[in-house]
Amino acid sequence: MGKEDIIYIDDNPFTFTPGETILDVAHRNNIFIPTLCHLKGTTPTGACRICVVEVEGARDLVASCAAPATPGMVIHSESKEVINARKNIIQLMLSSGNHNCAIRDFESDDWTSFQLKTLEADQYNELCPVWGDCKLQDLAYRYQVTTRHMPLSESKYPIERENPFIQRDFSRCILCGRCVQACREVQVNNAIDFGYRGADTKIIAGTDVPLKNSDCVFCGECVEVCPVGALIPKESLKAKTRFEDIKKTRTTCSFCGVGCQMELSVQDNKIVGINSAGRDVAPNNGSLCVKGRYGYDFVASPKRLTTPLIKKEGKLTESTWDEALDFVATRLNEIKDRSGSDSMGVLTSARVTNEENYIAQKFARAVLKTNNVDHCARL
Amino acid sequence: MTNTIADIETADVTLVTGSNTTENHPVLSTFVKRAALHGKTLIVIDPRRIKLTQHANSWLRPQPGTDIAWINGLMHVIIKEDLHDKKFVEERTEGFEALAETVKKYTPEYVEAITGIDADDIVATARKFARARVATILYCMGITQHTCGTDNVKSLANLSMLCGHMGKPGGGVNPLRGQNNVQGACDMGGLPNVFTAYQSVADPNSAKKYEAAWDVEGLSTTPGLVVTEMIQKAELGELKSLYIIGENPLVSDPDLNHAEKAFGNLEFMVVQDIFLTETAQMADVVFPAFCFAEKEGTFSNTERRVQRVRKAVEAPGFAWEDWKILCELATRMGNPMNYENAEEIFEEIRMVTPSYAGITWERIDQTGIHWPCPTEEHPGTPILHTAQFTRGKGLFHAIEHQPPAELPDDAYPFMLTTGRVIYHYHTGSMTMQSRGLNELSPECFVEISSNDAAKLDLADGEMVNVFSRRGKITARLNVSEKAVDGTIFIPFHFAKAAANRLTNARLDPVAKIPEFKVCAISIEKAA
Ligand code: SF4
Ligand code: SF4
Repeated sequence: MGKEDIIYIDDNPFTFTPGETILDVAHRNNIFIPTLCHLKGTTPTGACRICVVEVEGARDLVASCAAPATPGMVIHSESKEVINARKNIIQLMLSSGNHNCAIRDFESDDWTSFQLKTLEADQYNELCPVWGDCKLQDLAYRYQVTTRHMPLSESKYPIERENPFIQRDFSRCILCGRCVQACREVQVNNAIDFGYRGADTKIIAGTDVPLKNSDCVFCGECVEVCPVGALIPKESLKAKTRFEDIKKTRTTCSFCGVGCQMELSVQDNKIVGINSAGRDVAPNNGSLCVKGRYGYDFVASPKRLTTPLIKKEGKLTESTWDEALDFVATRLNEIKDRSGSDSMGVLTSARVTNEENYIAQKFARAVLKTNNVDHCARL
Repeated sequence: MTNTIADIETADVTLVTGSNTTENHPVLSTFVKRAALHGKTLIVIDPRRIKLTQHANSWLRPQPGTDIAWINGLMHVIIKEDLHDKKFVEERTEGFEALAETVKKYTPEYVEAITGIDADDIVATARKFARARVATILYCMGITQHTCGTDNVKSLANLSMLCGHMGKPGGGVNPLRGQNNVQGACDMGGLPNVFTAYQSVADPNSAKKYEAAWDVEGLSTTPGLVVTEMIQKAELGELKSLYIIGENPLVSDPDLNHAEKAFGNLEFMVVQDIFLTETAQMADVVFPAFCFAEKEGTFSNTERRVQRVRKAVEAPGFAWEDWKILCELATRMGNPMNYENAEEIFEEIRMVTPSYAGITWERIDQTGIHWPCPTEEHPGTPILHTAQFTRGKGLFHAIEHQPPAELPDDAYPFMLTTGRVIYHYHTGSMTMQSRGLNELSPECFVEISSNDAAKLDLADGEMVNVFSRRGKITARLNVSEKAVDGTIFIPFHFAKAAANRLTNARLDPVAKIPEFKVCAISIEKAA
């Protein structure tokens, strides 16, 4: 390995492969460089500039997500200038919009009026619905950004609520463009894009219509990648408390045959949200579809069957397991004795687990003694 | 699938046919769309102007039920222009001469006459597909749900082998499984002719192996009935009892009016499910079961990857796991079946299933493994047929075009094809519990082209009656750009206007899959 493929970050040498950016090398080696707009696997846009670093010999700070590593490069990841630049960016982002978590500080009276106004706009009597789970808030805390003397800004665009799944709050949007990258380059649904210009810039769907009238298919990829509280699952507004006793369980989606890996968030024995299992987890690499991500109401549906039923006088009537199992066992044995094994059939299911399918065919073959076992995948 | 999902992005050419991928396999479709975005060639061959056509370099539009003809047409051009992979054909396959002979008459002009696809498009597509370094074929129910479904699939395999696109990364012939565990249900022997891992029930050796493993005697070596045959036998009164697990054939079956009668004829019917489905309502006994979020186990996805399912919540009321219900029943019938938990069942599966033998729950804790995986040291097999086919050499099947069982005529002038929409799943017993999904897709619709609507003097949003020789439904008309003149699409999810009251139960003679994708219908304004 020659000197050619080495760069220096904070005085330590690191190798790189041609084509890697400064950010790639840093992250591979667990060196902290913050990012907001960067989305793995998509074209870097350099929109947020929070990832700037100092490169010796360069006139300005360099956005590390878009700058390829070159041999011998000397980089300072968190010099004074870098820190100042990042603080500036964060300050600007924080002061535009309803960032009503405690990070946004004011003189006391201003804070009160700001808070009241925000609660009214939100129709929600909590702080920003993602506080504690927001990249902007994390960074503001890390760099101890104060916004005390920044004036209150008006939100230009109202919150969009008119679809069942996604709430869009333009005031909290920092225009990082991750959602646009996710929609156009990961999901390739091409539903949203940057619209208008300058201070009026807004993420728009189609010709600035509500999501539900656009090409959006509610895959929720944009929601999963939004670093702030601009895009949130509507369902999350219903959670009782955001952090208490949330248990996460990794599992496999139960709809189509792709087998997406997902994480169920459960509170009080109820699913309160579903996310992908992460951008490095095959086969779905962080993507889900509308059914997998939002179609979980059926699990806790009041219409679920909860007890065995036996048809009595033409009506399905509640019974105990003992009664129902004995009844079925007796009837099946009778039919087997009278009409023979091949007068019986079992339909197993493309919906249940391998273990259950195995038991179902074993039941047909070893107990009923027939090969009349099939499932409905042909249908 | 012979190959993996991730593999799709490495193909030079992707040919998608009979799959409305963006609606039925939305996440898989992102791989296809990204490949196109990054400059790879995407060819869509489908009777509907599905969304994927917007991402495609070309869209070929065959008449429903004419797939063998266009596939033979492509092969005709490839052989005539000497574009086939001679080395692959020579070393890895047999039956080439018979194939070449059969496709001789499928000239682009002949194919145009049958399929309606422009002769020039046949030639251009054949060249693109054959000249690609590697090309993949993705297909779904649009290929299989025909009376000639098995032949359609064989024809696609012919095409891939002919060009040597089989057995390498980015290639292969890839069926997209519509339900989460179709692959697993088949692997586990949920089929009338095979035990797990496709070991034939008619082979006395496998029967012996299972008798030993299960400690039973007298396993039947006669292959059983497939679901569609069971329904026919029920109607004749020859099938007396049916035990149904987690399926809703009374919405998903073809020719529902008939199927209902057949089910009513059964002496005894048991359903085990999570909802009181249309099918469960007809049962003599209904057992409440767990849903996926309540249990431990594994699913095998469309790329043969065995993945973990984990319990996240407690099941409601007195529901039980599906396996526990069956084991308890077996025990009460005098054949004890006892397992501590699902993992113990999986350990038994490994013992009798060579392709799963090397997979353990521990190994797949984080990342699933593709079968075949014969030993615990084996990494699994993402791509099949890399060195040879299951039978050794790949066999070409010389196949002639056969028209669908029912074609439009004066009385029923339109072709009906059925399928799904993105917001619902199968018979909707799960998705229709979601207010959000119902809001986005509230009801059944009849998708028609603007020309046809104008001809019938019908307007978008109007209620219409749709008739076939088997039944009638009423639903809202949806004038759409997706529809092509002469062909109507109706989703089958909705029990209230069940498209399967119209469909034809005629079966493919081998796979016994009904012809959901073509039948003849008529439409008129609802009074
Ligand atoms: S909505 Fe979120 S992801 Fe999109 S630009 Fe705004 S802050 Fe970034
Ligand atoms: S939900 Fe999906 S389709 Fe809709 S805007 Fe977000 S990324 Fe695009």
